[in-house]
Amino acid sequence: MRWATRAGVHIDRAACIWLIRRAVDPDAEFVFVADPADVPEEATAFDMRGVDLGHQGGDCTFETILRRYDLTDPVLWRLAATVHEADLDDERFDVPEAHGIDIALRALSMVCDDEQTIEHTRPLFDGLYEYYRRSTLLGREPA
Amino acid sequence: MGGTDAHGTGEWVLLSYRMPREPSSPRIALWRKLKRLGVAQLSDGLVALPADARTREHLEWLADEALEAGGTAAIWIARPAALAQERELAALMAEARAVEYRGVLDAAAAAAELPEVERAAAVRRLRAELHRIDRRDYFPPPERDRARRAVADLQGQSASEAVGS
Repeated sequence: MRWATRAGVHIDRAACIWLIRRAVDPDAEFVFVADPADVPEEATAFDMRGVDLGHQGGDCTFETILRRYDLTDPVLWRLAATVHEADLDDERFDVPEAHGIDIALRALSMVCDDEQTIEHTRPLFDGLYEYYRRSTLLGREPA
Repeated sequence: MGGTDAHGTGEWVLLSYRMPREPSSPRIALWRKLKRLGVAQLSDGLVALPADARTREHLEWLADEALEAGGTAAIWIARPAALAQERELAALMAEARAVEYRGVLDAAAAAAELPEVERAAAVRRLRAELHRIDRRDYFPPPERDRARRAVADLQGQSASEAVGS
């Protein structure tokens, strides 16, 4: 399936791309567009104005995708809290690491194009998933 | 931040919007979010921020929120026609932040008299407050550094007493 989003990826879109590949569509192809009018007809648009898979009711797009695709994995929801705070910083969740992760993503996007940013953040999100999985199991921060 | 033109003015992102009077809760929610972003209110239903990828995106999501609440909204990229006009806008925004930093300065001064445990809690609270103000501070006033120093001094006071005890 083809998916389309805005060019210039930051935390929410980078995390959504990781999530779509991992939990929704392993063969996903991504198109980056500058204007909503440029979204290819057959593509599913996300994290753009006026589309269903966007910010909804105070949720960031990562959370909206979890809801729309009935993804109930608590580890993904824990990651969603990090993405939410990194993206919106509205203090809905208490996630001190979110600010640092937001800076890491911004820094990366200064020296990488979108394809490279997606490539480099993939192991980061894999790792964060594993970290939150272990901390959920242990009930404390893993070593 | 957006580029500057021959007159030296920069790019701004504007949100023009109108919300239904009732129900009032979406209108108030939007107003709170705009306040949190530190927008300059240009006139009724017209707010502005210096344009960059982040400010534009934040205002775009809020435009959608206004539309969903049955209102109207549009995003504009604009330049003040005169440098003086831009400076005035920047000065207004800087003063709004300066008021907030002065609040931190006053709270830090008051906390200096508190017992150790409460003072440490005040340091954490004031740091979070500084972070919040920082995020919407586009034209940092001199009060910013004074407020940062005051909170750092408060922290230092706690640290040195912990070592001494």
